[in-house]
Amino acid sequence: MPLNAVNDFVIRFANVNGSGSASANELFARAIMRMGVPVAPRNVFPSNIQGLPTWYEIRVSEEGRLGARGGTDFMVAMNPQTFNADVISIEPDGYLMYDSTRTLPPGQLRSDITVIGMPLTAICNAHYSDPRQRQLFKNIICIGALSALLDLDFAEVEKLIGEQYRGKDKLIEPNITALHLGRDYARAHFACPLGLRVRRADKVGDRILIEGNAAAALGAVYGGATVCAWYPITPSSSLAEGFARFCRRFRHDPASGEARYAIVQAEDEIASIGMVIGAGWNGARAFTATSGPGISLMQEFFGFAYFAEIPAVIFDVQRAGPSTGMPTRTQQCDLISCAYASHGDTKHVLLLPEDATEAFEFGADAFDLADRLQTPVFVLLDLDIGMNQRLCRPLQWDDARRYDRGKVLTAADLDRIKEFGRYTDVDGDAIPYRTYPGTHPNKGAFFTRGTSHDARARYSENGATYVEGMQRLLRKQETAKKLLPRPVRRAAAAPTRFGAIYYGSTSPAMTEAAEILARRGHGLDLMRVRAFPFHQDVASFIADHDFVFVVEQNRDGQLRMLLVNEIGIDPVRLVPVLHYDGASITARFIANAIGGSIDTLQVAPLRKALS
Amino acid sequence: MTYLAKPKFHHPSLPKNALGYTRRDYEASTSTLCAGCGHDSISAAIIEACFELSIEPHRVAKISGIGCSSKTPDYFLGASHGFNSVHGRMPSVLTGANLANRDLIYLGVSGDGDSASIGFGQFAHAMRRGVNMTYIVENNGVYGLTKGQFSATADRGSKSKKGAVNTDSAIDLVAMALQLGATFVARSFSGDKKQLVPLIKAAIEHRGSAFIDVISPCIAFNNHPGSTKSLDYVRAHNEAVNRLDIMTGREPIFVDYAPGEVVSVRQHDGSVLSLRKLNDDYDPTDRLAAMNFLQRHAAQGQIVTGLLYVAAEAADLHDHCNTVAVPLNRLGEAELCPGSAALDAINAGLR
Repeated sequence: MPLNAVNDFVIRFANVNGSGSASANELFARAIMRMGVPVAPRNVFPSNIQGLPTWYEIRVSEEGRLGARGGTDFMVAMNPQTFNADVISIEPDGYLMYDSTRTLPPGQLRSDITVIGMPLTAICNAHYSDPRQRQLFKNIICIGALSALLDLDFAEVEKLIGEQYRGKDKLIEPNITALHLGRDYARAHFACPLGLRVRRADKVGDRILIEGNAAAALGAVYGGATVCAWYPITPSSSLAEGFARFCRRFRHDPASGEARYAIVQAEDEIASIGMVIGAGWNGARAFTATSGPGISLMQEFFGFAYFAEIPAVIFDVQRAGPSTGMPTRTQQCDLISCAYASHGDTKHVLLLPEDATEAFEFGADAFDLADRLQTPVFVLLDLDIGMNQRLCRPLQWDDARRYDRGKVLTAADLDRIKEFGRYTDVDGDAIPYRTYPGTHPNKGAFFTRGTSHDARARYSENGATYVEGMQRLLRKQETAKKLLPRPVRRAAAAPTRFGAIYYGSTSPAMTEAAEILARRGHGLDLMRVRAFPFHQDVASFIADHDFVFVVEQNRDGQLRMLLVNEIGIDPVRLVPVLHYDGASITARFIANAIGGSIDTLQVAPLRKALS
Repeated sequence: MTYLAKPKFHHPSLPKNALGYTRRDYEASTSTLCAGCGHDSISAAIIEACFELSIEPHRVAKISGIGCSSKTPDYFLGASHGFNSVHGRMPSVLTGANLANRDLIYLGVSGDGDSASIGFGQFAHAMRRGVNMTYIVENNGVYGLTKGQFSATADRGSKSKKGAVNTDSAIDLVAMALQLGATFVARSFSGDKKQLVPLIKAAIEHRGSAFIDVISPCIAFNNHPGSTKSLDYVRAHNEAVNRLDIMTGREPIFVDYAPGEVVSVRQHDGSVLSLRKLNDDYDPTDRLAAMNFLQRHAAQGQIVTGLLYVAAEAADLHDHCNTVAVPLNRLGEAELCPGSAALDAINAGLR
C-alpha cells in the first residue's frame, strides 16, 4: 500500500554537484511554502567542486517540524552514481522517480515502492538542442512533473519562475515551457496526484525562508560592523560574501559612491583576526567569519584580545572536525575550543543562536556586547544553520535602537577626570574605560600589550598585580551573564524528574523529540542555552531535575563538559546524548536515545544505570 | 622593576617646533634594551623625525610585534597609543587599525625575526595592499630576546656569537618590499642618523606602504667578527645611494643641501624629497632598476642604503577599498544601519 500523507512527508533530490539543480529545487520548496505549508529544506553536499553526489531534502510538515526527520518518502533519483543506495534509503511503501530514458537493469528496484519513470532526458532532447539547456531544463521539467504528482498549485510555481527571472525576462518563457512539459507528461502517464500530496494551508504566517549565514551577515550590517577581515573557508564563506553583498546595497554614500565599510580578504585566518583586533582597538566594529580550522589558527590572538581587552566579533560556522574533518558536514564541535580559546586561563563569551533569525539578532547584539564587555564575542553557528534555508520569524529592527559603544572616554571626558587608568575598575563591574587612539593631545594614551600589565596599562610582572587583573577578568564574566541572552525554558505538561539541555541547530529536532517522548509517556523539561558563560538559570534547571540529558552534536559531549566544569555539577546527573555523523540531528535519534535511557534510569540504581 | 618611567621636566631653553613641542614631548619611558643597542638610536631618530615634522604625538599610532625591536615603541612618543601585539603579526593589527581610522599616522615597528620569519607572510601582504604606514624593521640578523639564534635575515656563512655558521640563505626584506609593490623602499643604518632621520620623515609623509629596513647591530649577540650585521662590518660595507632632505608642502623642515647633483621627487601629499645622488645612474623612481641595483651590489658584498625606490603618486588601501573620507570608527547608526523599512523589504523578498 503506497504511502498516503498530506502535507507531511520528506522528499529528497539526489543530484550531481554542478548540474544546476539547486535553483530548481529551491523553487519547488518555495512553491510549497507559498501554499502556506511549512518546509524545511536541507542541502547535503560533498566537499568538492563538481561531479560528485549532492542531495537536497525537503521536509514538508504542516505541523511545522523544521528539524531533519530522517528517512525519505519520495526519492527523485537523478544521480546514477548513487542510484542503488538512494533506492535502498526510501521508506517502506515510498515513491521513486527516476529518469526512464534508459531502461534500468532488471532487479534494481524494490517491489514495495511506487516507481515513476519520467523520460526526462528524452523529453529534453526532443525540445532543446543546446547541451547546457538540456541539463538545466531537465531540472525544471522534473519540478513540473512533481507539481502534478504532488498536486502543487501550478499558478504559484509559474509565479515564482516569473519572480526568479525578473530582469532576465527572456528566460521566463522557456522555463515555463519546461514546467509545462513535465506537468503534461506526468498528467498523461501517471495517476495524479499520488498518495503524497500538498494541500493549501495557512501555517506559514509571516515567516521567511532564509539562510543562517545571510541572516548573520545582515546582523553584522545592522549591528554597525564597518570592518570585515576574513579568509575563505567552508561553511562560513557565504557569511562574509553576504556582508559584502548587503554592504554594496546599503552602505555606499549616495553622493560620492564611497563605501562606509572595508572588507579585506586576508592572507590567512591569523591575519584576519589580527585586522579585526586592530580595528576593534581603534574603535571600529569589526568581525571575521570562519570555521573550526580558522578557530584553531586564531587562538593566540583570542588570548591577546581577552587579556588586552579588545572588542572583536567572530562568527564560527561549525563543521565536522577534527583537522579537516568533513568540511561540508555539520557538527557542534568548537564549543570548548571557543569557550577557552588560547593558552593560559581564558574564558570567552559565546552566543548560540538556534536559527537564522537568532543569527541575525545575536549577530547584531554581538557588536554591542563586544564593545560593552571589551572582549571577543563568538557567535557559534553551524553548517546546518548557516548553509541551509530555514523557515524563521521575520527579521526585525527597532529604529530607536542605539549602538552601545561601551565605556569610551572622549576628549571632554578626559579633561574632566583627574587620572585615567586603562584597566582600572572604576564602576565595580570589572569593565574598565578605554580611549580611542588620537582622542586627546596629552591625556588618555596607553600602551596595549599581551604581557602582564597594571591598572594603568604599564608592564608589570608583579604577582599580586597579575592576580588582581586576572580576577577582574573573571568578575567581568559575571557582568557578562547579566547582559547575555537568557536560556529558554519549556516545561513538560506535568512535573518530571527529567530535563534536557541543548543549543543551536539541535533546537527543532529537540522540540519534536520532546513531543514524541511525551506521547510515549516520558515528560521532559527543556532548556535551550543561548550563551556562555551560563546564566544562573542553567544551574537551577539542573538542580531541579534528577537527570538532565545534554543533547549535542559532537563526540565528546563538549556542552556537558562545560556544564560540569563551570557549574560544578555531579557529572553522573548529566546524561550525554551525542550525534556526530555530520548529518543534521533528528528527532527520531533524540527520542530513541532519551527514551531508552529514561527506561533504564527509572528502574535501575543510579550508578549501575549509567555504567 | 619591570617598568621605568622617565622623569619629565623641560629646560626652558629647549628648542620648540611649530607646535610648541620640545623633543622631550616625543620621548617616552626609559629603554630597557642593552646599553649601546642600535634600536635606541632608531628610537631617537623617530623622535627627531616626529619633532622636526611637528607631528602631534597623539595622532600617531605605534604598533609592533614581539622582540627587542618591538619593545621600542614604549621608548618613544609617550603621548601616542601603542600596541605591542603578537609575534610577527604587527602588519595585520596595523592594517585593521588603519581601516578603522584613516586619519592617524601609523608607525609599524618590527624586527627581522618578527618580519622575516614568523611574520613574513603578513609583511608581504601589508606591502602588496598598500597600507598607509611607515614600516620600520630594526634588523640585527639575530633573535636577541631568546639569546642569539639566527634570524632569516642572517647572511649565509655568517657566524653566531657561539660560533655556529648560518647555512641558510638570507631574506632581503628590501628586495622583497620592492618586488611586492611597496611604494617607498629604503634601507639605512642605525648609526647613520643623518641619513635615517630624513628617511623616516619622508616615509611618514609618503602615502602608501613605506618600508625602511634599518641595519641595527645587536650589541649582545651579533657584534663580533664573523657577523655581517656588526657595527664594523656594516660601516665597512655601507654603500649609500643617496642622502635626502625633505621639505613639506607647507614649509621647509630641514635643508642641508650637499654639493653635487640633486633630484627632486614630489610626494603625493605635496611634500618634496630632495635626493643628493651619489651614483650618477641611480634613479629612485625606477622600481626595476632599484631591484637590479640592489642585487648587483649585494653580490659585491655591499649593503646599499638610502632611498631605493619611491612612487610619487601612490594609492593606499583606502583608495583600493573606496572608503569614505570620514574614519569608519566615527560613523554612527544613521550612516550604518539600513533601518527597519529596508529589513521589511528584505523579509518580503524571502517569502
